[in-house]
Amino acid sequence: MSEATARTLEDHDPCTDMMVAGERLTCDWAGCLFWPDEETLIVSDLHLEKGSSFARKGQLVPPYDTGATLARLAQRLAVWQPKRVISLGDSFHDPEGHERLPENYLAQLSLLMDNREWIWISGNHDPAPPKDLGGKGASEMLIGNLTFRHEPSRGPMRGEISGHLHPCGKIVKRNRSVRRPCFVSDGFKMILPSFGAYTGGLNIRHSAFDGLFDQSRLSAVLLGNKRVFHIAARNLVA
Amino acid sequence: MMRDLPDKNPDLFDVLALLPDRFASWFADNGWKPRSHQLDLLELAEAKKSTLLIAPTGAGKTLAGFLPTLVDLYNISKLKAGEAGSRRGRAHGIHTLYISPLKALAVDIRRNLEKPVEGMGLSVTLETRTGDTPLHKRQRQKLVPPDILLTTPEQLSLLIASKDARRFFEDLRYVIFDELHSLVTSKRGHLLSLALSRLHTIRPNLQTIGLSATVAKPEDLRRWLVPQGPYGEIKQSELIEVKGGAKPEISILKSQERVPWAGHSARYSMPDIYASIQQHQTTLLFVNTRSQAEIVFQELWKINDDSLPIALHHGSLDVGQRRKVEAAMAANALRAVVATSTLDLGIDWGDVDLVVHIGAPKGASRLAQRIGRSNHRMDEPSKAILIPANRFEVLECQAALQANYIGAQDTEPLREGALDVLAQHILGMAVAEPFQEKALYHEVISAAPFAELDRETFRRAVQFVATGGYSLKTYERYAKIRQNKDGAWGITHPSFAQQYRMNAGTIIEAATLEVRMTKASGKAIRSANSFRGGKRLGKIEEGFLEALAHGDTFMFSGRILRFEGIRENVCYVSDADGSDPKVPAYMGGKFPLSTYLAQGVRDILSDPARWNELPDQVSEWLRIQQYASVLPGKDDLLIETFPRGEKYYVIAYPFEGRLAHQTLGMLLTRRMERARARPLGFVATDYALGIWGLRDFGRMIETGELNLGDLFDEDMLGDDLETWLDDSFMLKRTFRHCATIAGLIEKRHPGKEKTGRQMTVSSDLIYDVLRAHEPDHLIMQATRQEAAYGLLDVRRLGDMLKRISGKIHHKRLDQISPLAVPIMLEVGKESVPGEAQDALLAEAADEMFNDLMAGTK
Repeated sequence: MSEATARTLEDHDPCTDMMVAGERLTCDWAGCLFWPDEETLIVSDLHLEKGSSFARKGQLVPPYDTGATLARLAQRLAVWQPKRVISLGDSFHDPEGHERLPENYLAQLSLLMDNREWIWISGNHDPAPPKDLGGKGASEMLIGNLTFRHEPSRGPMRGEISGHLHPCGKIVKRNRSVRRPCFVSDGFKMILPSFGAYTGGLNIRHSAFDGLFDQSRLSAVLLGNKRVFHIAARNLVA
Repeated sequence: MMRDLPDKNPDLFDVLALLPDRFASWFADNGWKPRSHQLDLLELAEAKKSTLLIAPTGAGKTLAGFLPTLVDLYNISKLKAGEAGSRRGRAHGIHTLYISPLKALAVDIRRNLEKPVEGMGLSVTLETRTGDTPLHKRQRQKLVPPDILLTTPEQLSLLIASKDARRFFEDLRYVIFDELHSLVTSKRGHLLSLALSRLHTIRPNLQTIGLSATVAKPEDLRRWLVPQGPYGEIKQSELIEVKGGAKPEISILKSQERVPWAGHSARYSMPDIYASIQQHQTTLLFVNTRSQAEIVFQELWKINDDSLPIALHHGSLDVGQRRKVEAAMAANALRAVVATSTLDLGIDWGDVDLVVHIGAPKGASRLAQRIGRSNHRMDEPSKAILIPANRFEVLECQAALQANYIGAQDTEPLREGALDVLAQHILGMAVAEPFQEKALYHEVISAAPFAELDRETFRRAVQFVATGGYSLKTYERYAKIRQNKDGAWGITHPSFAQQYRMNAGTIIEAATLEVRMTKASGKAIRSANSFRGGKRLGKIEEGFLEALAHGDTFMFSGRILRFEGIRENVCYVSDADGSDPKVPAYMGGKFPLSTYLAQGVRDILSDPARWNELPDQVSEWLRIQQYASVLPGKDDLLIETFPRGEKYYVIAYPFEGRLAHQTLGMLLTRRMERARARPLGFVATDYALGIWGLRDFGRMIETGELNLGDLFDEDMLGDDLETWLDDSFMLKRTFRHCATIAGLIEKRHPGKEKTGRQMTVSSDLIYDVLRAHEPDHLIMQATRQEAAYGLLDVRRLGDMLKRISGKIHHKRLDQISPLAVPIMLEVGKESVPGEAQDALLAEAADEMFNDLMAGTK
């Protein structure tokens, strides 16, 4: 297939589509998912106020993570102009997180939530929906063919969009490995990468992902610099 | 009593009076005379002076350093002998601290020191305190301190940060710094200098003794040893300099075998090396990297028909294994040891009679140090053989020989004290006892590396320790240190003392995984609930293991191993007999070619009259180059362009070392991209830089479409460098080091990482956020300061660009030149740098794309 390999980096796009339960979903390089038919933008694992959560425990990491995460979200909202936003849980790093939200960030978030439907799915870090922030809280939500929840379910499930695991894909090429946050799907389920500025990732070959996907249909969309890369299962290593 | 007095130096008679009879007769009984520098040092010490002693290996430096201590302790014990109740005739507290850069050295020195102590029947207690010292012993040392404590810089930092530091050091008279030249150039030296400043505060009359190999600028070390004046006055210790002993006999291996074009394994020379081992009692084989050590060890055992005891020693191996090798070496039970720089420092290695240096020596000082290893006596010449691993290294070795390298010193200059180190020290001082900001500032600037520190920067460092020092003030309530009603800064919670102790020190190791043997296969390792591995082999860097797949083989610990799997920070391997193993790549394992030797190599290349000194095959190579192309001149830059395969190549020969060339490659390819030359990649060696692409670079240069003057203009070190650096993995790595030392992120502790990556914040993410929101933060400042020095090669690159400006010599060729062969062999072997990660992802993605296209056809 040598004539097909003439593609260069420029041939890779800032976003690419994946099909989940018959729905066309757009994976954005910034790590959010857009569902055109529903004009819905989905993000997962924002982990807002993770910095201050660490500071509380004596590690004074820069207090700018919330600002960085919100700025990136604002930018993507401006691009996709969704009518609805779903935050798939772990929106705050800990249950008190939203109470520590500094004034200016609170204002910024309210601005983002203005004039659109906003859904806070609860996660293990933030079991209750944030108070006084507006938006709707839910542990799970069904829209059309798709179910939105924080943790992926074991067993077979058609049309589930979740987060929680912070999936990362790793490839090895020319003796070098590259590891990036990714969307991972088998066409039935999809797990979103974490969106928060201070969130790390877990390799999709880790045992935590065992039994979640039909391995024969698995692929992942890895996030690059303003580009995404759709990569086949056989190239994704532990 | 009779003394065998040296008669040349009349002053010695006075000095000898300082030496108690018991000492004098001990020297005589052993058939020795005290050396004049030993007595000079004693005299200065008795006169309450601090002194730097510079002497070559084998000059009796260690005994010289300890003589003032032993004499003083003897005099005290005599004085107080009659007094009752005093156990050893003197009060509690350490009398002398000995600081060594290596744990092993502290242990070794204690062993050596016991001989004179026992020989003279002195009642002196000697103990070591290192990271390996068991807790109960450390606690006992606090209660009943020994007279002489031998320890490392890290342990000293912990000691001065303890609550009882003042009592512990209240009797301290001397601090001896061994191998001072190797300590002072690093951040470790900065931290040590700060610890010393505290010791000077506790004991204003404290005397220091620095022991050092020859260095370029002794003034720097003399300043380091004594407190600097409060108003910027420069203070210096005394200096005793012992000139070098017998000149070493050094030769370059003249092998009948073919010297390869490229590579670092020196496989061709193994039969010659083996023959040398057979002819000598004990041979030390030095290599530049741990991977080389593994290869050389394997190759020697392949031909070890006599089963000579040949061992391997490098820093990644299991400690137990290393200690075994060291013990066998000291007992003269080994015929050869293949070693890396872990053995560089002055450990006593029994009767080594030959040093073999494999690969080019890279720096003259390093070479001198390593050769000093052989024949630990000053008056007999050391014997060493240099083994060039490839043709360029032949030139490098030749340059080293002709440069009279033993005299030539190219040690690094001292750097300004690092701010991340300062932050760590400030927390340590708050842990010890609450401090007044002004008093601590004056203490800190008495340390030579921090003498220039301004008050405002110091204040920012204190703020950083307290609340992170961010302009967004949201962490006041989480402050680690806070001012009490007297204005003194103290820790707000005892847990911060614990945090300090866990993170103290400046040695940040790359993330490593333990390597253990197993019989289980990959699948079983991943899925079994409980799993126990076999023998521990040592540690390998995570980065290397990440690129391995199950079943891959590699060399480590002198074996060929198969990678089975990783589980909870342990890498499991089994024995393999793979024919083409990968070799562990260790970060920072490669030293760049020193400026000094680079000039030497250029001189040889540009002067055909000197080629006769080279082996025939090498001079032949240069002559063909002369015929087919041209040779690089003394001060110009040669650029060759030629087509090969379907690609076009530009090869530049700056001879400025691999790091500088990598930086240059990165910057040049950016510029070429902008000039629409569409470069596809580059490769850098110590000697040259090669760039390739699909357009005819040679033609572009000739038609003026590509202007070499513009391409190599000095201004590339301005904005281009800045933009590139900010994004570069090097800066992120530097940031991680600085942030860890400063206590912004926690050190990785083996076994404590099981909670997984989700529970910590990666330093890369912190870097990105901090760069975007507060680029002038103290730790960003520390990072840039470090990068400017650490990428010393940037400065070197600048010097080079200045030198060659207007002197670029382009040679357009129809085919590859002889000089280009070595670097062309590296093309493809070289991995792409961090910035090209997306290109690798694209490649992987294209495989799927191609499959899809195939499916649709």
